[in-house]
Amino acid sequence: MNVVEIEHLTVKYPDVKALDDVSFTVKEGDFLGIIGPNGAGKSTLFATMLGLNNKYDGIIKFFGQDIRKSKDYLKEIGYVPQKPIFEKNFPATVNDIVRMSLRKESNEKKIDEILQQLWIHELSNRRIGELSGGQLQRVFIAKALVNNPKILILDEPVTGIDQQNIDLFFSILRELNSKQKITIIWSSHDLDAVNQLANHVACLNRTLFFHGESDDFFDNDELVKQYSEASMQEHMHHH
Amino acid sequence: MSFEILSFSFMHRALISGVAIAILCSVIGLFLVLRRYSLFGDAIAHSSFGGIALGLLAGVYPLWTAYGVSLVSALIITRVKEKFNISGDASVAVLLSSGIAVGLVIIGISGGFTIDIFSFLFGSILLVSVNDTILILSLTGIILIVVLVLYRQLLYSTFNEEQAKVSGIPVEKINYLIVFMAGLTVVTSIQLVGVLLISALFVIPNVTAIMYGKGFKQTAILSISFSIFSVVTGILISYVFDITPAGTIVLLSIGLFAGTMGIKSMGLLSKN
Ligand SMILES: Nc1ncnc2c1ncn2[C@@H]1O[C@H](COP(=O)(O)OP(=O)(O)O)[C@@H](O)[C@H]1O
Ligand SMILES: [Mg+2]
Repeated sequence: MNVVEIEHLTVKYPDVKALDDVSFTVKEGDFLGIIGPNGAGKSTLFATMLGLNNKYDGIIKFFGQDIRKSKDYLKEIGYVPQKPIFEKNFPATVNDIVRMSLRKESNEKKIDEILQQLWIHELSNRRIGELSGGQLQRVFIAKALVNNPKILILDEPVTGIDQQNIDLFFSILRELNSKQKITIIWSSHDLDAVNQLANHVACLNRTLFFHGESDDFFDNDELVKQYSEASMQEHMHHH
Repeated sequence: MSFEILSFSFMHRALISGVAIAILCSVIGLFLVLRRYSLFGDAIAHSSFGGIALGLLAGVYPLWTAYGVSLVSALIITRVKEKFNISGDASVAVLLSSGIAVGLVIIGISGGFTIDIFSFLFGSILLVSVNDTILILSLTGIILIVVLVLYRQLLYSTFNEEQAKVSGIPVEKINYLIVFMAGLTVVTSIQLVGVLLISALFVIPNVTAIMYGKGFKQTAILSISFSIFSVVTGILISYVFDITPAGTIVLLSIGLFAGTMGIKSMGLLSKN
């Protein structure tokens, strides 16, 4: 079953066309890695999918429903933003943050389980401003999971996280996908990370130039080279 | 010091209203401070000055006109801010100066009504009537209930608007609600500390409480406690020594703020 269908999505900002005629689908249980260099339009794609940007052409469907018609699909989605921005001294503990998105006062046990699963149960009374990047990331994943989402969307989750935390994070994502059958869509500019985890790959750089099984992508040297060159160019562009 | 002052009924009214206002300002102020909107209270207070002058000129009870003018200007400024992408501090500056300007012009036209204006500028908590007290208590009750019921939505949209939207929270409506409640709170509190010192009640107990490194609810409770302490002690001290309550209240809360900074810089406030 298709949980996400995107048809001819185009998003224009005043100065740039961030997405140009992008179409793809995500099936239930997929682990989709969206790869693309900085400025490729990954965050724009997510923002639009999440209903934060209404100025787009094309059609976005979740669970077969056009998101312009109903925002109900948001209830089934957990979202982990690229960089959770907040004041360093914001008076909220891990507990406050995780419970903030809790829609129904579900049982305490469930929250406890999630905190345990993400290795943050011992941090629950700490202020979020005191946490490391890796801890903070797990807090935001916990927050995204409290409502039992069907789909988890993560925007560049491994950027700026140390290796030990990345390994922990990968094993958590794998478990969520394989045991809890949560469909995962995540973006990254790191090919290796995607290669380790995802079973589907979408290559984005304003337009979508590949979408399919991740083996088909990584076995195709031409595509990998093409991607690497695109991101090198972007890299040099920035320096 | 004799405890006889505690038997005066005007003192009862002052203390009861004072405590209610202390709670209200702490709670609403916490959301404003965290939204980097600290001076919004000040701006509404100044615009209500225009409303008060209008009421005095028209012969209407000035607080009613103050409610009207400050709520309307609070909503307008929020709309303008959203629509034209003006920064928070600039919109506050516009609101603040236009309120005072309107007030001054009206006072000029009417030839001045110095006594009344003075009590609104600096507060007159010892003069609150039974009706004022009832109004203050009811508004406090209503606003606190709204805050408790919508606690999660208020906190979430204060923490991060974008994420709150993704979680299906009607962020724009919540923003208007906060501004609306802030407007009501400011005008209600004018009787305690006056137009000029209102933002002290919104901001100082909260920035003090935030320094203690606690979670959201504990921070709110700390802030409320500091605020109640300053207001009650301030009213009593000012009566005994015959000084202005507003100034005393604000100085006491600044004292708590300075004390907390002192404790913190000595490293006594551990990080949890
Ligand atoms: N809010 C915005 N307004 C204008 N341009 C934007 C905005 N957000 C992103 N862009 C531009 O759109 C392009 C895609 O950005 P983004 O979606 O953030 O890419 P990525 O997440 O892949 O790094 C970039 O050229 C960026 O400068
Ligand atoms: Mg991005």
